[in-house]
Amino acid sequence: MKFLRKTLDGVKPNFEKGGKWEKMYFAFEAIETFLFAPNTTTAAKGVQVRDAVDLKRLMMTVIIAMVPCLLFGMWNIGHQHFLAIGQTGTLGEKFWIGIVQTLPIIVVSYGVGLGIEFVFATIRRHPVNEGFLVTGMLIPLVMPPDVPLWQVAVATAFAVVIGKEAFGGTGMNVVNIALTARAFLYFAYPTDISGEVWTYLGEGATAVAGYSGATPLAVAAAAAKGTQVVNEFNSFGSTWAPGIYSFQSLFLGTQPGSIGETSTLMCLIGALILIVTGTGSWKIIVGVFGGAYGMGLLLNILAGDNAFMAMPAYYHLVIGGLAFGAVFMATDPVTAAQTETGKWYYGILIGMFTVLIRVFNPAYPEGIMLAILLMNVFAPLIDYFVVSANKNRRLKRATV
Amino acid sequence: MGKHIRLSKGFDINLAGKAAPKIADVELAETFVIKPTDFHGLYMPKPVVKEGDTVKAGTPLFHAKNHEDIQFTSPVSGEVVEVKRGEKRKLLEIKILADRQVEHVNFKKYTVSEVASLPVAEVKEQMMKSGVWANLVQRPFGVVAEPTATPKAIHISGFDTAPLAPDYSFLFKGQDQFFQAGIDVLKKLTSGAVHVNIHTQSDLSTVFSQVKGAEVNKFTGKHPAGCVGVQIHHVDPINKGDVVWTINPLGVIQVGKLFLQGIYDASRLVAVTGSEVKNPQYYRTYTGASVKKFLSNNLNQENVRVISGNVLTGSSIGKEGHLGFFDSQLTVIPEGDYHEFLGWITPSNKSKLSFHRAFGLLSFLTPSKEYVLDSNTHGEERAFVQTGVFEQVLPMDVLPTHLLKSILAEDIDEMEALGIYEVIEEDLALCEFVDVSKHNVQEILRDGIELVRNS
Repeated sequence: MKFLRKTLDGVKPNFEKGGKWEKMYFAFEAIETFLFAPNTTTAAKGVQVRDAVDLKRLMMTVIIAMVPCLLFGMWNIGHQHFLAIGQTGTLGEKFWIGIVQTLPIIVVSYGVGLGIEFVFATIRRHPVNEGFLVTGMLIPLVMPPDVPLWQVAVATAFAVVIGKEAFGGTGMNVVNIALTARAFLYFAYPTDISGEVWTYLGEGATAVAGYSGATPLAVAAAAAKGTQVVNEFNSFGSTWAPGIYSFQSLFLGTQPGSIGETSTLMCLIGALILIVTGTGSWKIIVGVFGGAYGMGLLLNILAGDNAFMAMPAYYHLVIGGLAFGAVFMATDPVTAAQTETGKWYYGILIGMFTVLIRVFNPAYPEGIMLAILLMNVFAPLIDYFVVSANKNRRLKRATV
Repeated sequence: MGKHIRLSKGFDINLAGKAAPKIADVELAETFVIKPTDFHGLYMPKPVVKEGDTVKAGTPLFHAKNHEDIQFTSPVSGEVVEVKRGEKRKLLEIKILADRQVEHVNFKKYTVSEVASLPVAEVKEQMMKSGVWANLVQRPFGVVAEPTATPKAIHISGFDTAPLAPDYSFLFKGQDQFFQAGIDVLKKLTSGAVHVNIHTQSDLSTVFSQVKGAEVNKFTGKHPAGCVGVQIHHVDPINKGDVVWTINPLGVIQVGKLFLQGIYDASRLVAVTGSEVKNPQYYRTYTGASVKKFLSNNLNQENVRVISGNVLTGSSIGKEGHLGFFDSQLTVIPEGDYHEFLGWITPSNKSKLSFHRAFGLLSFLTPSKEYVLDSNTHGEERAFVQTGVFEQVLPMDVLPTHLLKSILAEDIDEMEALGIYEVIEEDLALCEFVDVSKHNVQEILRDGIELVRNS
């Protein structure tokens, strides 16, 4: 450690004011503070001691919360692959396929994103913020397993430049950056990110007879009038993967989908980590699940012979990316409502809109992405009302 | 009858080095300093003594151009050895070399019954010329009280919840008579009540609980329950246009002594605390004392930060520095000027206290453990990212994040609407401690207050 410290101290003058690489100071600083927490002390006036927490640790906690989703997602890619081609694979083989598919996406996402961050930090002369540590992991988790790498790169670049840097960097963005990347792909390359892209088949492999890559959302949306969506789910894949869309399977996540979002269980483990460590708002998470469930119940009452509307409300919580969105996307503190009361409204509305979009908008099978982006834009409005209420209480007190 | 208020929000920073309830036997400090910078709202403070003058306790040292009647007087008798000025000849401090035996200026003495019938003008005059007026702090803004104003209430916090804070029942033992006289005098200055706010759980000294003629309000809760701003918010909040005064119990006692004994008695007990002090205990001295004598042969190591006040609101003064006007506490902690390898992720060790529970921060499991904290910032300043944290350590109906953002935007109407009149630095000090993004919350708040005050 001492050697490392000495090396850093040795090259540091080159990056400081007047040094030959002065312009690269913030890039150097990012690396230095990654290796060693800085030796800065508190100011002479004000607090003399500081809490041990910092943004790096906070971001790292979120990444740790995503690890269950990532590991399960890797295994599931392999699992779905073998199901689709009608073969069986061992745990190790399944994992290996998952790693081979996922790792390049993660590398591209971090490489492109951090590269842009460093360039902007250098040009704008501000420290490299840690925000992308989380975003860089979120982007791969919401990608289809065989997304072309160049698309990941383009989407990440778009999201970081237009979604974040254009607004001033970490902490200033209006919409969630990882979702911006996903939405960009969705609208720029619709054919590559919809339909039957959710299972990795492999080069030249042929699917088993009767195979269909339709997602539960697609199955539910296609259910004919008067039928039961649950029956459709239970009979789906009966020839090649019986029970693939049973409630248990949907909850555990052994179904096709984006890399990290299929397992409600793993998302709940992540939610537990976020809530216990206080890094994610439990109000938002509970709000999204509650809002979706409530909206599901309401649609059940109004259903008539519409099969999707009549689908039991709790199914909404396990299909698609609702759980992942609720836990990791909606809780992004920068783009969510910032007042505690506002967080309830924000979460509940996301849940409700998700189900509305799913059921009533044939163009978009999944609603969580658009619901969160929509509420990101409306979060300041929610806060505005909560803050106004606070101001009015004060005003009222003065006039009594 | 007073109110009983229970506060659930807040955070107690549990540090090692609490002062033992005994008084150390050391000779009196050599020098004493009065700093105009300890007070807000003074316009161009002007010294009225020069180097070489001899003064008594109670002799005026300086006054401000906007308050020429309010004298800031010498805490001890002796010789003025330095009138220190800074940039643009701004007065920074006046240093007195103390006599062995303190002599006092004689002000007019009154009996208890005379005090009861004193006219307000006479009260104010005596307080202003003797130096005890400086103890009165005016809200909003936390400035020296305006003599022409009539506050709607006067609030006294009877307990201190700050880290390693001195025990008030020890600090003011046996001063019942003077405290009562002080309350009797202060009652004349307000159109409303004098509130004495006490904590339900601390050992109550009779000084506060037996007091007559004041509203005694009880509080339960963690820091910042002891901050008078938080107490005012719950007892009788400050609205736009209101004026409220606050004074600490020592100030009340000084007022009492001034009227009963006719002297400005600046003597006080000071708690010398902190993990780097060998024998944390109390010392008897006067306002503005040099800390040199307290620390000689009393430090565990040399690389320390010496703080006048507590670790949340104090100032670093160095080993040769002097205590601030309002401070009855000295805290010595290790200086944190070291690099820590992968310090942003390594799990908690004994020096890592956190309000948060993020990965590796385990201090929430041992709430009663005493921590040795140093002055390291544990991270760099960042944009506002995490939300909802400030709100958990501020037991007031104020939205601190939004207030701070309105200050950064210099939006005065918004600051007013969000309650800037109700807070001063100490109320938001915990927000600064817990801040993930390491902003200087107290400095930002003071900038906002000055902006509103000068608008």
